[in-house]
Amino acid sequence: MNAPATPVTPKYAAYICSGCGIGDAMKVGQLENIAKKEGKMALVKSHPFLCNAEGVQIIRDDIANEQVTHVCIAACSRRAKTEAFQFDGVAMSRANLREGVLWVVAAGKEHDEVRQEMAADYVRMGCAEVKKMKQPAGNAKESSSKRILVVGGGMSGMTAALEIAEAGYEAVIVEKTGALGGMAAKLWKRQPFKAPYSAAQEVGAGETAAKIAASPLIKVHLNSTIAETSGAPGRFAIKVAQESGAVSEETVGAIVQATGFTTYDMAKLPELGGGQPNVVDQAGLEAMALAANGGAIKRADGKDVKSVVFVQCAGQRDTTGQHLSYCSGHCCGTSIKQATYFKDQNPDIDTVVMYQDLRVPGMGEDFYRGAQERGVIFTKGKASKVTGGDNCAVTFKDLILDEENTIAADLVVLATGQVPNAGVDLEAWNPVVTAAEGGDEAAKAQRIVMHDSSVLKLNYRQGPDVPQFKHGFADSHFICFPYETRRTGIYAAGPVRRPMDMLQATDDATGAALKAIQAVENAAIGRAAHPRSGDLSFPTARLEGCTQCKRCTVECPFGAIDEDEKRFPKFNEERCRRCGTCMGACPVRVISFENYSVDTVGSQVKAVEIPEEDEEKPRILVLACENDAYPALDMAGLARMNYSAWVRVIPVRCLGSVNTIWITDALNSGYDGVMMMGCKKGDDYQCHFVKGSELAHYRMSKIGDTLKQMGLEPERVVTQEVAITDNARVVKLINDYVAELDKLGPSPMKGFG
Amino acid sequence: MTTANQTAVERYRNNFLKEVEANVEEGHMVKMCMQCGVCAGSCPLGPHWTHSPQKIFMMIRAGKRDEVLGSDSMFMCTSCYNCMVRCPRQLPITHIMHGLANYAHRLGLAPKGQPTRDFATLFWNNAIKKGRVNELMLTLRHYFRGGLVSGIKEALGMQSVGLGLFLAKRLNPMEIFGGHGVKDLKGFHAIIAKAKEIEDRKKGFTS
Repeated sequence: MNAPATPVTPKYAAYICSGCGIGDAMKVGQLENIAKKEGKMALVKSHPFLCNAEGVQIIRDDIANEQVTHVCIAACSRRAKTEAFQFDGVAMSRANLREGVLWVVAAGKEHDEVRQEMAADYVRMGCAEVKKMKQPAGNAKESSSKRILVVGGGMSGMTAALEIAEAGYEAVIVEKTGALGGMAAKLWKRQPFKAPYSAAQEVGAGETAAKIAASPLIKVHLNSTIAETSGAPGRFAIKVAQESGAVSEETVGAIVQATGFTTYDMAKLPELGGGQPNVVDQAGLEAMALAANGGAIKRADGKDVKSVVFVQCAGQRDTTGQHLSYCSGHCCGTSIKQATYFKDQNPDIDTVVMYQDLRVPGMGEDFYRGAQERGVIFTKGKASKVTGGDNCAVTFKDLILDEENTIAADLVVLATGQVPNAGVDLEAWNPVVTAAEGGDEAAKAQRIVMHDSSVLKLNYRQGPDVPQFKHGFADSHFICFPYETRRTGIYAAGPVRRPMDMLQATDDATGAALKAIQAVENAAIGRAAHPRSGDLSFPTARLEGCTQCKRCTVECPFGAIDEDEKRFPKFNEERCRRCGTCMGACPVRVISFENYSVDTVGSQVKAVEIPEEDEEKPRILVLACENDAYPALDMAGLARMNYSAWVRVIPVRCLGSVNTIWITDALNSGYDGVMMMGCKKGDDYQCHFVKGSELAHYRMSKIGDTLKQMGLEPERVVTQEVAITDNARVVKLINDYVAELDKLGPSPMKGFG
Repeated sequence: MTTANQTAVERYRNNFLKEVEANVEEGHMVKMCMQCGVCAGSCPLGPHWTHSPQKIFMMIRAGKRDEVLGSDSMFMCTSCYNCMVRCPRQLPITHIMHGLANYAHRLGLAPKGQPTRDFATLFWNNAIKKGRVNELMLTLRHYFRGGLVSGIKEALGMQSVGLGLFLAKRLNPMEIFGGHGVKDLKGFHAIIAKAKEIEDRKKGFTS
């Protein structure tokens, strides 16, 4: 960290390992010559076991005694031996001779020539790359805030704040209402969350709120909302507006958004009796139970309840497109809990839970069984009509007996779902902003209304809230990075990111709190957050070349780039995840990272020796995403699967960082084809930068015209979605593509490069 | 409608689940069914009866008293115990089936002419007469259940089996005159009467 920038006189060195069988299958002496003559390396050494203590010491000694500043290691994959090959303060490239050549090119003398050519090219590429690299110096901040803002004082928010405080960090809670507790405070009991799991348990919202009040590290703003959020991780400036109108300022390093959910509006379900007397939703029943305070739950008209029907999936899992299409996850357990309110008070009350699929995750099965033991009746059926009033009736189709039926009840409870409080949908926001900026008065008014409904009121170029994914929930990848939103340093927890019950929400809050702590620590030393955690590089732009096309500011998946007064891009490096999507977007190529730039990759593309047409040795460039595709290729090597020796693979940070100049350069210099391998895109994306792969696919869909102008077939550039487990598939993709290019014949550009 | 049936209907005010819980062997487990349908899929006689155990349990909860007690399904159970072994909720399904059959039979609601029920009745009446099963009378009564002509036809069809049993001294034609009984026939009848009294008292058949 904070190492001095690259010294004035760079000195390049290449180290070639002949271990793991490399020396037996390749002529290492020739590779040394190439590094020296073509790669222009000042020092070239080879070693039979470079990653052992002796080999590593050779490199260390050269750095210390020979003032080597740039190291090219031609050995195994950049993903292997990372601990051995770690040298602070020097730039390093890795030529992949083991997983990339030795293990994937067919064995035997007849393949010696192509194997040697492939290895030679990788050495050329490694030398070319390292010469364009600079060692990132990092950008530590003198005064970076390590406080964490928690938006929302419900169970998730309170838990997050307590976890933050317990880890020794300061938390600031902003709560809209006059008290902490949120939805939890409106519950009579909660679903069991600790043993024994057979009965409803105390909520404990009051105790949690008391712990917060007692904590010296937690500050609480009640009756408050956020008026503006500006800045970036480590330096967020929050304007907190009180109901009275007073505005105070808080400086925080990261944000946990725990704004929870609203119940789906029953009034949208008139066919299920929404709005009619004695038909309530689950929140309504909790209010009745709180009012009863352990006694008999009475109807609004004061009458006793002798029979109650719970209608599950009311306005949920809807296939007509009118209501919520998803399952909210908690409602089966909640209805079971509410049925036990009645049964525990008076076992003679008839309670029927009408379900289509009873979903009780976790230890819910015990609770389900406990309710059955108490005599709660579970009927598998789909309600079609509910009538309220003095004598309610539920008409339903019995899904076991396959017949229409009607049950009479004194009270009907509808299990409506969770609607996230995620603020403004940016997909809807951006067109309104464009229209408003174009002078449309209606759009201007609409923009104000939408902005008022925002939760975070970010002053980011890309809109006031975190981007939403499916069904209005805050974006996150439910397996790989559940709490990450697409706004660095802002973490979503609880039902705002996916439907869930209280136990899951408290677990979620703990996870998000830890991510927020990571974020403030990373921001303080200028390090990237997930997924390039620890990366010290950050993008810089040569503004004198910028044409203000705005592509970088629009396409950055993380909203990291704002615009300054002169409408130039303004990089907020703390918000940056270092994916390089801006670099890929830039048509004039003014954006670069110290160690990853248009030149570091472009020089590798150009370093490959292109054989003449009559040699019948095609060359195919593979740009492989370092997150999934490159590991898959390494795994293919590890499994000793062979793929064509015509390909030259260059790892990229994300397919989103691929600048089309690399492709046109490659084709111009005589490559026969370019294959890009990125992560899965779309609704079930696996892209580590969420949008990078999608953007790359979109950009490549536009490349056809360029190819046509060059007189090339569109098949010469292909884009593939690859998962990390696809080791067998990448081999097939490459070999099939090589066969297809073989049919097309050699590139007509050969010899003009 | 028998008196016992009227009493049951009145006592449980149409709450059939409670009636089953109180009067049917293992009836208290019916509420624990989670409607997975493993029993229905496991039953080797599945295609041959009207309602699977899963449906019977759902019907009990839905209060379909007449349909359940009039169903032939419980009588079709062969006690293979497949359902009971597989039930994830450990319901004693086979026992419940027999309990339901017995309850329906006692109330007089079980289907008339159901072969299993008829044979079981024949067997029981035969067995409690002398405390031993009179096999000759049992088979003859069974063959002639549908009248003289079909009885002669059925009996002739089995004559080689009958002859074989006779030659092996497994069938005594003299049994047709009443047959032999247990040593203390009076005591045996007293045991059966007491057992019925206890069962009636437990299940509410006081009449």
